[in-house]
Amino acid sequence: MDSPAHDVLILGGGGAGLRAAIAVAQSAPELRVAVLSKVYPMRSHTVSAEGGAAGVVAKDDSLDEHAYDTISGGDWLCDQDAVESFVRAAPQELTQLEHWGCPWSRDASGHIAVRAFGGMRKMRTWFAADKTGFHLLHTLFQTTLQYDSIHRYDEWFATRLLIDDGRVQGVVAIDASTGRIQAITAHAVILCTGGCGRVFPFTTNANIKNGDGMSLAWRAGAPLKDMEFVQYHPTGLPFTGILITEAARAEGGYLINKDGYRYLQDYDLGTPQLKPVLRSMELGPRDRLSQAFVHEQAKGRTIPSPHGDIVHLDLRHLGEDVINARLPFIRELCLKYQNLDPVTELIPVRPVVHYMMGGVHTNNEGATPLPGLYAAGEVACVSINGANRLGSNSLPELLVFGARAGLAAADYARSAHPPSDHVEAQAADEIRRLHTLLHRKGGRRIADIRVRMQSAMESGAGIFRDAKTLCDAANEIAELQSADVSLDDHSLTFNTEWIAALELSFMLDVAQAIVHSALSREESRGAHQRTDFPARDDSRYLAHTLIYHRHGDAPRVDYLPVTITRWPPGQRVYGR
Amino acid sequence: MTSHSGYTLHHPQWLRRRVSTWWWLSRWRYFKFILREITSVFVAAAVVLLLLYVAALRRGPDALIAFQSWLSRPPILAASAVVFFFTLIHSITWFNLAPKAMKVRLGNIPVPPALIAAGHYFAWLVISLALAWIILTGG
Amino acid sequence: MPELVNLEVFRYSPEHTPEPRFQKFQVPYNKEWVVLDALNYIKDRTDGSLSFRWSCRMGICGSCGVLINGEPKLSCATFLPSKSSKPIRIEPLRHFPVIRDLIVHIGDFMTKLKKVKPWIIRTNESPLSEGEFLQTPDEMERYHQFSHCINCMLCYAACPIYGLDPLFAGPAAIALAQRYNNDSRDQGAARRMPILSSHDGIWACTFVGECTQVCPKHVDPAAAIQQYKLTAALHSLKSVIAPRGAA
Ligand SMILES: Cc1cc2nc3c(=O)[nH]c(=O)nc-3n(C[C@H](O)[C@H](O)[C@H](O)COP(=O)(O)OP(=O)(O)OC[C@H]3O[C@@H](n4cnc5c(N)ncnc54)[C@H](O)[C@@H]3O)c2cc1C
Ligand code: SF4
Ligand code: FES
Repeated sequence: MDSPAHDVLILGGGGAGLRAAIAVAQSAPELRVAVLSKVYPMRSHTVSAEGGAAGVVAKDDSLDEHAYDTISGGDWLCDQDAVESFVRAAPQELTQLEHWGCPWSRDASGHIAVRAFGGMRKMRTWFAADKTGFHLLHTLFQTTLQYDSIHRYDEWFATRLLIDDGRVQGVVAIDASTGRIQAITAHAVILCTGGCGRVFPFTTNANIKNGDGMSLAWRAGAPLKDMEFVQYHPTGLPFTGILITEAARAEGGYLINKDGYRYLQDYDLGTPQLKPVLRSMELGPRDRLSQAFVHEQAKGRTIPSPHGDIVHLDLRHLGEDVINARLPFIRELCLKYQNLDPVTELIPVRPVVHYMMGGVHTNNEGATPLPGLYAAGEVACVSINGANRLGSNSLPELLVFGARAGLAAADYARSAHPPSDHVEAQAADEIRRLHTLLHRKGGRRIADIRVRMQSAMESGAGIFRDAKTLCDAANEIAELQSADVSLDDHSLTFNTEWIAALELSFMLDVAQAIVHSALSREESRGAHQRTDFPARDDSRYLAHTLIYHRHGDAPRVDYLPVTITRWPPGQRVYGR
Repeated sequence: MTSHSGYTLHHPQWLRRRVSTWWWLSRWRYFKFILREITSVFVAAAVVLLLLYVAALRRGPDALIAFQSWLSRPPILAASAVVFFFTLIHSITWFNLAPKAMKVRLGNIPVPPALIAAGHYFAWLVISLALAWIILTGG
Repeated sequence: MPELVNLEVFRYSPEHTPEPRFQKFQVPYNKEWVVLDALNYIKDRTDGSLSFRWSCRMGICGSCGVLINGEPKLSCATFLPSKSSKPIRIEPLRHFPVIRDLIVHIGDFMTKLKKVKPWIIRTNESPLSEGEFLQTPDEMERYHQFSHCINCMLCYAACPIYGLDPLFAGPAAIALAQRYNNDSRDQGAARRMPILSSHDGIWACTFVGECTQVCPKHVDPAAAIQQYKLTAALHSLKSVIAPRGAA
């Protein structure tokens, strides 16, 4: 082969992928860049982000404060050099988005308005009402349309990374609408495939969030980092798992238990005030709030519902005007999906799996240890999120690191070698594997395996875990990994079942990585709470977990020290 | 792979459905729309009548009298009533749609749609009254 | 015995069911279920080959539009009707070619969207270091509604003009063009005009108004089109009266 199909191939058309594509198109218009996505880019899950994006703009705020909030929120597992460069770049990226047309909410004078968010000591979260992700994604998508150098593969599903000669050289992907399987070669590949919430049964994440990119990279030999840190958001609607954004609490919402009592005051999160207080009570970090729920539940102070125990989120005192102006989508979601009006009624909520702090190990430029492979967005772990991401840090993260990964990949692509010959043979192998799967009969239904995986993860690797629950989950996942699935659908045209089977196998990989990483970390930190090791242990675990795939064997775990620059590990203090 | 006549491997074979000739009967709202569109025929008829009137006026007093007596024959009168009726419907539906097209602002305050429609009706009334005045006093 | 709901789902597969037909399914009634949950129940338990698109299940990604009893709807935002004696009929969106079962091809829209240039066009760039463009809440209000389009294609399925004249740019594309035209930061209205005011732009629209009726996000594309008709008409009037001055 002489030259690859593309210079830079981006997997994923969410916020990270599109930002990367624009970065390449603007900085290197001569490069052929492509965005390959299993859904049309504007359907990507970035679209459902509600609350906002953090970036320092207010006069009384500073970059150091944003960095400190992020680091303490992440229970000192963040790489501080990464955080420092992230907080510096965030406001610029958000302004860039404004220039591209994002309808950020404004104050009366026409300047950007900011709101409070959990774990942040200053108001620094930019928002577009409560549809921030929607506006961000559509702005990015519409902006990409002006660049003719960006080629799109819409509704193509990547199944494997092509790697030879020690470097990543492209992917194999299925064109969903025709079922054609094709090798798409490229000098550099950027993974922007998002998170993996669907590994759990109850999640805010869309159907497409299956950890595909994590598994693709893992199978190709790249390590996954900090996979034991799964964020539970404290306020999801029961049954649907639809998110009620933290902005609802930032605007002044209360969390109350069955007695109407603001129970967070019992968990060292401050004392209740009428108005929201930053870094206190309802504006504490997500890990602590979700853990408080479990304690309340143990005390019998939650409320039973057909879909598990709940507490209430009370917005009634905010009044209709504030709710309509600042939380219109929340009202719409409650009315449409829960049949209740938050203006007059209490919203039932419970903790829900929301975000993956871990991901493919990258450096500050978005490069993974595999030459030619980059990653950005939720699929990646830089890490700025540490053991617990602060709300509204993820959208700026995908902009900052999406752009950087784009630039780094473009640089790399300019000097890369043409694809090697083995790549074709690899693609042929993959095509055979996919066809075998397509025609498989007589195994278990996809949904059965999926449900079992999800319940194993919930009971084994939930908000609180211990060695026993994790071992059980590990065994169950291993068993499910060896099970054969069968398909009802053997056709090539838009075969969603075929794709679901592949997604299931990606999810099982991710589940395995989560469970084994969690088993190996014998301490409690941020979102990883081991009841058998309830304390943080900086002497052993001020380090990132790196987990490696081993074919047919349990994964290998390694540790990488956290980078500390200016903020030595300390106590996480909220509400005091 | 089971192959079907017409299906070629990896080539999309989209199903294209035709719009039925009777699509406008399938929904009440479509039907209302077609009604509104059809009323424009009557608006045209009113215009034709007016043009005939002007033509008769140009040909002199005799032609005018002949035309007017033709107009007052019962079947023509009935037809005129029908034309008037549909022209009225057309105008009303038209004015009701006007606020959609016109976003008027007074200073920084958007004018509510109902007020825009009301403005149209008011203008209509004023013009009609003016015409009536000219015809009744001048004629 | 739990209460059951009957569904009639449109099936088409070029490889296996080249003659389209309706297939009957029964699912348990559950008051919390939307139509999408029923489809997923079928896919998970009875027939894994039933094909449809979905993702967010919260009415924001725009994937899951279908016809439910003839009405274009988001299947994730439409509850299962209880005690309906008549089966619920689920079909792919009207006016689009069907790829498979409930999945339609929307490439036509994607092409048209690009043509109306839905991005900020500036004649004078201003550097990021100068900060954001100022925009008062009131200026934002002028385009905000049109920015809520989730590209769900329900309006195209509702628009008979699009059905009869596939060249018509269509409601959502025009609304999105108008979203940028009305944005105080944009200076590209003149560049969008040739496309918008062409025969297949706004003038193809005869104002059926169905697009606005079915839009799940209250975008009101009909208003966008009518507004633009006025703009375009005034523009051509101006260019007749003052051929040079009219910009
Ligand atoms: C309900 C909700 C609300 C949130 N609110 C906020 C908030 O207020 N503030 C904040 O900062 N963060 C928020 N987040 C988190 C944030 O939205 C996500 O982390 C972020 O949007 C992820 O973006 P991404 O670009 O990495 O991935 P995504 O937007 O998920 O995009 C992934 C892309 O990869 C593609 N893809 C995946 N697998 C494949 C494959 N195998 N082949 C081809 N393509 C593939 C998909 O098609 C998609 O285009 C929220 C998250 C959720 C779920
Ligand atoms: S205008 Fe409304 S109906 Fe049309 S695509 Fe946009 S959101 Fe859907
Ligand atoms: S599934 Fe996203 S809009 Fe219905």
